[in-house]
Amino acid sequence: MNMSKKLRIGWFSFSCCEDSTIIFTELLNDHYQEWRKKLAFCSCGIIQKRNDFKDLDVSFVEGAIASKEQEEKLKKIRSVSKKLVAVGACAVVGLPSGQRNNFEAKTIEEINPILMRFNYSDKVKKISEVVKVDDVIPGCPMDEKKFLEILNKYLIEFQ
Amino acid sequence: MHSFDLNIGELSKIEGKASLTIKVENGEVKECRFKIDEFKRFYTQAIRGKDILALPQLTSRICGTCSNAHLLCAIKAVEDAQKIQPTPQTEALRKLLNFGLIIRDHALHLYIFVMPDLLGVDNILELDENDPREHQILDDAFAIKAAGNNLSKVIGGRSVHAPFPMVGGFSKIPDEKSFTELIKELENIRSAVLRLIKIFQDDGSILERNTDFVALIDEEYSFLKGCIIKNDDVTIACQNYGAYLDKIVLPYSHAIGYKFMGRIHMIGALARLNLAKEKLNRRTKEEIKEVLKRFPSKNIFYNNLAQAIEILHAIDSSIEILSQLSIKEEKLVPIVRKEGIGVGVIEAPRGTLYYKLAINKEGKVINGDIVVPTGQNQIGIERSIYEYVKANVDKKREELINEIEKIIRAYDPCMSCASHFLRVKWL
Repeated sequence: MNMSKKLRIGWFSFSCCEDSTIIFTELLNDHYQEWRKKLAFCSCGIIQKRNDFKDLDVSFVEGAIASKEQEEKLKKIRSVSKKLVAVGACAVVGLPSGQRNNFEAKTIEEINPILMRFNYSDKVKKISEVVKVDDVIPGCPMDEKKFLEILNKYLIEFQ
Repeated sequence: MHSFDLNIGELSKIEGKASLTIKVENGEVKECRFKIDEFKRFYTQAIRGKDILALPQLTSRICGTCSNAHLLCAIKAVEDAQKIQPTPQTEALRKLLNFGLIIRDHALHLYIFVMPDLLGVDNILELDENDPREHQILDDAFAIKAAGNNLSKVIGGRSVHAPFPMVGGFSKIPDEKSFTELIKELENIRSAVLRLIKIFQDDGSILERNTDFVALIDEEYSFLKGCIIKNDDVTIACQNYGAYLDKIVLPYSHAIGYKFMGRIHMIGALARLNLAKEKLNRRTKEEIKEVLKRFPSKNIFYNNLAQAIEILHAIDSSIEILSQLSIKEEKLVPIVRKEGIGVGVIEAPRGTLYYKLAINKEGKVINGDIVVPTGQNQIGIERSIYEYVKANVDKKREELINEIEKIIRAYDPCMSCASHFLRVKWL
């Protein structure tokens, strides 16, 4: 067993308020010393510019998918990740970011110029509607205990 | 003469998604576009028909970073429309909740986003634990963030989308016994914050801009009350804000930009300190007399120093409130739903946040206007980048990119907030 191998993780955000990202940065308060030794932050825009976007053990994906472009990016993340975890309500159930899916026709008409100008998808999707999801961490923001449980599970699995 | 295109895709170490396009031809900046790339989530439409009690928790989801600021501002607008007067205890608890946010949010920005630029690393976690100074910075970063987080948790039930603050009060009142521990933790991090102030005091970054400064100011630098002040010459009642803010559609950006009385303005910690440094907590002022002489300042990099100073002010003010507050059980102020228009204005960590709500007699939202800080700073950010590139076209590409990123981070933009809605015709 190679004890020095770090878990290669990515943290990605799509359409959402990024509350789970904030919870993640708050979890660093208690875990940064341990995670520095155990985790390789390969792609994590909130804390670094470097983007080593390949061979990821686990990708944590926050937010819902609002455009074709986002859908393609998510598929790329899936293709370089052994495991993919949907994080927070928007990723897991598509809401509240997908609230426009339930707008009535008159409101859709009102927002349509924006939808057209920036190539929004007709419907906002949860992550599992686009790619295979291995685990989910529900909550708005994400459930901290569940996050730690899943992270620790993968730390053991990929050791 | 220099000609080049500069495209920065997803900017890192900021909240949300933004990008930048610059075109220089024969030494002249032909195009400079700072684009907010977050897809809109249409909260302005989604709030229509929502009950006034449900609204604050919904709009809190506009932004995970400053969710509690949205919560407090939405509550303030609803209470204004419904003529509800919160109790002094509720007001004190709201101040504490917001101070917790200021401490946590400014510390996140300064340590996680900005500090790597100062120390020549990409990620703060790369700092060397065997180097005493770097080790100290790491420990300070997470201790300060944790203290702000804990203050928000004790008062609001959670640091993000706090569940206890409600229209008319708090659904759960914090236990006064927990205050002793909070005071101890806040006292313990004061020395760390003084070290943080020193770091930004010694940072020599300069970009001076002739811009207006706007903030909500009151006598105690509470972030939650007062009048809107522009420079030293204009004072505006919160209710009238709409007459002074001009919406500017930027066709390439997902977010709307704003000017104030037709001019580019800057909001946030630098604006607040420029306009109200004498209203800081007394203990804070005594501790950092010399540093405060640097304000007012036109150097936008001093927004970082101003944030560090505001952390100390939030700590000292919180200690004062926690030491004096005698908690009693209080029920929520009862609501008799009525028709009306309500305005809420507060200072969120990144600047002035405005809510205007039209409510029908059943207590449902008919329409709403929400103006967030980053929307207001967006044009100023773009202009600052333009001015910097114009004066430095001969610099190497990497240096230009690094400096531009530092300028953007100095404004501490929040893209999730900025792209929450679509401009609508008001009523």
